Amino acid sequence: MRLPLLWIIPALPLAAVLLNLVLGDRLGKRGSAWLACGSVIAAFGFALRAVLHLAGLPEAERHVIEFAWTWMRVGDFSADVSFLLDPLSAVMVLVVTGVGSLIHVYATGYMSHDPSFRRFFLYLNLFMFAMLTLVLADNYLLLFVGWEGVGLCSYLLIGFWYERPSAAEAGKKAFIVNRIGDFGFMLGAFMLVTATGSLNFDRVFAAAPHVFVAGGAAITLAALLMFLGATGKSAQIPLFTWLPDAMEGPTPVSALIHAATMVTAGVYMLARSHVLFELSPVAMEVVAVIGAATALMAATIGLAQNDIKRVLAYSTVSQLGYMFMACGVGAFGAGIFHVMTHAFFKALLFLGAGSVIHALSDEQDMRRMGGLAPKLPWTHATMAVATLAIAGVPFFSGFFSKDEILADAFASGHYGIWAVGIVGAALTAFYMTRLYVLTFRGAPRLSHEAEHHLHESPPSMIAPLVVLAVLSVVGGYVGMPFQEGGHAFARWLRPVLEAGDVVVPHHELSHGAEWALLLVSVVVALLGIGGALQAYLASPGIATALRERFAGAHRLLENKYWVDEVYDAIVVRPFMAASQWLWRVWDSLVVDGLVNGVGYTLELGSGMLKLVQTGFVGTYALWIALGVIALVLHFTR
Amino acid sequence: MIPLSWLIALSAVVFAIGVVGVLVRRNALVIFMSIELMLNAANLAFVAFANQMKSLDGQVFVFFVMTVAAAEVAIGLAIIVHLFRLRETVFVDEIHLLKG
Repeated sequence: MRLPLLWIIPALPLAAVLLNLVLGDRLGKRGSAWLACGSVIAAFGFALRAVLHLAGLPEAERHVIEFAWTWMRVGDFSADVSFLLDPLSAVMVLVVTGVGSLIHVYATGYMSHDPSFRRFFLYLNLFMFAMLTLVLADNYLLLFVGWEGVGLCSYLLIGFWYERPSAAEAGKKAFIVNRIGDFGFMLGAFMLVTATGSLNFDRVFAAAPHVFVAGGAAITLAALLMFLGATGKSAQIPLFTWLPDAMEGPTPVSALIHAATMVTAGVYMLARSHVLFELSPVAMEVVAVIGAATALMAATIGLAQNDIKRVLAYSTVSQLGYMFMACGVGAFGAGIFHVMTHAFFKALLFLGAGSVIHALSDEQDMRRMGGLAPKLPWTHATMAVATLAIAGVPFFSGFFSKDEILADAFASGHYGIWAVGIVGAALTAFYMTRLYVLTFRGAPRLSHEAEHHLHESPPSMIAPLVVLAVLSVVGGYVGMPFQEGGHAFARWLRPVLEAGDVVVPHHELSHGAEWALLLVSVVVALLGIGGALQAYLASPGIATALRERFAGAHRLLENKYWVDEVYDAIVVRPFMAASQWLWRVWDSLVVDGLVNGVGYTLELGSGMLKLVQTGFVGTYALWIALGVIALVLHFTR
Repeated sequence: MIPLSWLIALSAVVFAIGVVGVLVRRNALVIFMSIELMLNAANLAFVAFANQMKSLDGQVFVFFVMTVAAAEVAIGLAIIVHLFRLRETVFVDEIHLLKG
């Protein structure tokens, strides 16, 4: 195998987009479904081939760059369209194309009744193209192209049902909130290019330790600006508010973009830039604290939500918080590991929720579900697996990755962050079990219409669920703890994450401590599950009693800490007021006044001047004669 | 030999008559003739000076002026004829479409 053929991986979905556009409605539903799924599955095939090629190389050479063309060259600065495959991007590209393929197949079933079927797959393929560009880019500029591209597709797909005002609003919100983060990312990139003269990963990372003072203000600022970009894309405090609203989009979109792939772009970017972050302990500390705070905050909000997709959305925010927590304590590998396992079980949860919603004719409120387990056997079984995985029950994938994050946090001395993570894990187990119980267990609380319509989903939707359920179980075994020299996943990522000049001191825990930590996480997970089972299934009175006992706290959580309202009051409204003022005063009076003033002045002046133009030849002749006389007098004086 | 000053004075008088003619007459043909008067006044001055300075330059200039005048008359008369066809008048005070 000579070339790994990286360019073809993003090119395939793009080609499908173009074909879809050119052929239009002649494709028909079947045609567009085949085209979309085929291109992504083929991209997965090529990605697999490239990654196998990569795995065949010796560890030190696992860094394949494929140059396509020079995009622009200005002086010493040049930006190339060129792709990089190393163990980190290999993980991402496999997750994106693999989970992406499954979700594409699922979507052919889920969207089958939608009149805009073809447009949906158009956007979805465009998203795949942008996302693959993002993870395969070998410089920050091309990464930013993908970064903006996924943002655009996210906007388009959240607002897919644009005739619903709430969907259109949610799309706009996602776009605008992301712009704030993107602005930070751009400023960070500008700082990098100013300092190192390049945006190419290899060159930036090689130059960074020499041009930046470790721990200095410049690198801290640059890292924090890039992290601001990550908080926007990956829905962290303070920019997380768009993600729950993004649930207005179709459920496959929530699964693909807002759970498995796009929102992890921030984590990927951090792991990619680990050399920069490791130069700035302050920035690392900020990342860890923000991650932990987000994990806890979103988990608590998840406790009190009734919309099945919103619970999952807050759960996603919370899990992303864990990933940033991992990055912040220096365990980038653990963060990426959680990205992978989370992609499996969270995509599964969303797709399962989509299957439930589909079965109940678009019912999303868990208060009108319940007792669905016998009616939807496949959905129920796979959702149960995913719930166990995310709750951190041993031998499911989420257990391994979450436990590794918590162990790394503890080992690096971040005891406070570890404690927050443990509390968050208990809450996660609790709200996920609550979701499971309210949806599948207990007495049915369905509306009559939904009950009548109730049916298990078609095979095209069930098959991806089953595959993802298998992955949610086995996906964690690449990261088994208690292995000498790190587990398989860590060994795979090592060439990337330890390539920098700065070597982060690796904290090793004694086996005893590791066992103890493991035991603690297992216990809290089981406590969370048991508590939720007790409160919602065994004696539902407890939940009601708790809700009434802590009515204030419940209202706080139900209204998501009023973060949206606060942002509305301190950002949106002043901004709107300022815009109104600018419109009415500055634009209408000053700008328009200037333009119209110039017009009026000219009109007045020419009105006076035109009196001279009598139209009589004699008058003109007189002026000429007078002019000549004046000249003569002037020159003969 | 007529003194130069007499010739220049005559030239000035003819020129002034031309200017006044252009300014006060309404008939385009008469205005035209007045312009010719001005040109010929200039010609007279040229010839007078050429004679005084014993140089042929002035005389040559006169030929050029006469040529230009002939060409100008041809075009001018054509314009006036067209004007008359269109407006049935050659009085310039009745033609003031260029009024601002």
